[in-house]
Amino acid sequence: MTTGGPILRLDRVTMRFGGLKAISDLSFDVAPGELFGLIGPNGAGKTTAFNLITGVYAPTQGTITFEGTRLNGLRPSRIARAGVTRTFQNIRLFASRTCLDNVCIAAHMHSGAGLADAVLRTPRFARDEKRMRDEGRALLDLMGLLAWADTRAVDLPYGQQRRLEIARALAGKPRLLLLDEPAAGLNPQESDDLMHLMQSVRRDFKLTLLLIEHDMRVVMGICERIAVLDYGIKIAEGTPEEIRRNPKVIEAYLGEEVEADLGSGA
Amino acid sequence: MRGALGIVATLLVLAGLDFALNRAINPYIFQIVMLCGINVILAVSLNLINGFTGQFSIGHAGFMALGAYGSAMFSLGIGGKWAAGLAAAGLPAPIATGVPLAVALVIGGLVAAIAGYLVGLPSLRLRGDYLAIVTLGFGEIIRVIITNVEWVGASRGLPGIPGWTSFFWVGVGVVGVVALSLNLANSTHGRALFAIRDDEVAAEALGVNTTGYKVLAFVIGSFFAGVAGGLFAHYLSYLNPNTFVFLKSIEVIAMVVLGGLGSVSGSVIAAIVLTVLPEVLRPVKEYRMVIYSLMLIVLMITRPQGLFGYRELRWPFRKAAPGTRT
Repeated sequence: MTTGGPILRLDRVTMRFGGLKAISDLSFDVAPGELFGLIGPNGAGKTTAFNLITGVYAPTQGTITFEGTRLNGLRPSRIARAGVTRTFQNIRLFASRTCLDNVCIAAHMHSGAGLADAVLRTPRFARDEKRMRDEGRALLDLMGLLAWADTRAVDLPYGQQRRLEIARALAGKPRLLLLDEPAAGLNPQESDDLMHLMQSVRRDFKLTLLLIEHDMRVVMGICERIAVLDYGIKIAEGTPEEIRRNPKVIEAYLGEEVEADLGSGA
Repeated sequence: MRGALGIVATLLVLAGLDFALNRAINPYIFQIVMLCGINVILAVSLNLINGFTGQFSIGHAGFMALGAYGSAMFSLGIGGKWAAGLAAAGLPAPIATGVPLAVALVIGGLVAAIAGYLVGLPSLRLRGDYLAIVTLGFGEIIRVIITNVEWVGASRGLPGIPGWTSFFWVGVGVVGVVALSLNLANSTHGRALFAIRDDEVAAEALGVNTTGYKVLAFVIGSFFAGVAGGLFAHYLSYLNPNTFVFLKSIEVIAMVVLGGLGSVSGSVIAAIVLTVLPEVLRPVKEYRMVIYSLMLIVLMITRPQGLFGYRELRWPFRKAAPGTRT
């Protein structure tokens, strides 16, 4: 790890899908422990940026480094093992598995028990399973999901599914957590609770958070720094105050809408 | 220690059953029992690929054929000499034939497993229908090659394979594949397989090496298909490439789907039901397969998730799930 440097750096990253430039020349640094927001109108390339960081796509140009390691071309599971996990905008839980299993699946990458241990049920396997289940239960407890531990993920109410996605991502013991619209579809009260929870989680787990969010109230309220994307281009970066006042941002994205949002959300 | 005791106890029970069944039931029923066992191994092993991991493979007959011919060629060459040598050394028949059979089954399994690895590789890129077509092609290629290779009897088939398969060895195969599947299912590796089935993108993003596990499922699944093929070869003493047509693969798929994708006990029971059913229906003669097909249709309409869905058969008196009882 490079001490003092950014935990995540995007350096002139470009992503082309055929003729379409989903991301062009995107650069930003995220400092360790920071809560960094990524905003922009629909189709601005936010989720594409997440997919690039987590290795779902390899960037056409540019480099992405995490703790000094180049992530380009690594497969997503390698990147997860390196310490970057994520949630998904369109919930992607392991629907047929229980909540506890969902969390344990993400803990799999830290499991030391091999295939032979599992088939032969060695003591090491038993220890490892118990540790995973204990840690999984602790995480479910933290996210307020312990009562649902043995419920299949698909049977969970929507809000709880969102929380389970976060619990699952945390079970991977990340140092950088990417949250893709974690508050989508939640009511203002739920999204407030969730954001407070995320802040305490960030402190307790010494996490760096990268957040995509549509709810301006949420983004402005908790992010320390924000980058704004529009048509795949970064048009602004700064503190919430700076973003709020930036004329380019207002023109591209916020405009009257944020006024309305701020008015109705309070 | 408990594990070792369990294995010894299981082997003793199987040996006892072997002794009893050979004497107690008529040869026709016995043959159905043996075919049930072989089909259970096939269904449970395919369930590892199609049920656990959600890869749609329709080439299971190909793996079975490789195991059958691989083990048969061993027995016709080296294995037969071993058996003769062991018998000459004064060992009782079950041991004199059991040792070479065990080696033949492992060889058959390994031949199939290597093929499973090679077929698993394209599965890194393909999924769903596309993978199904690849495995279909693979199964057909195996069959056509066997039909044309003089060394293994070509289209005439391969006669004279020693009939070493006993109830005991079929039982070992069944218990082996079922125990392995259940232990796998209730482990972090099994969870990784299920995660791939439910959502491959999410599994990969959360650190599951989806490529490795997909190939692993293919390798283990095809190993046991090979073992089943080996048991089959040494039971009938004669192999014909036409046994391993596409329809055989479909038969195994029907068992897995009917049992419930991912459910080990479902695969076991469905394999037994679908093996016994055509025999039970023998009295209705030419309408046999019509009724068989109709029953499949009705079963799938009434229970689209399979007999067992995702669940496993449990003892009713056992605690259902941790936390439900205080």
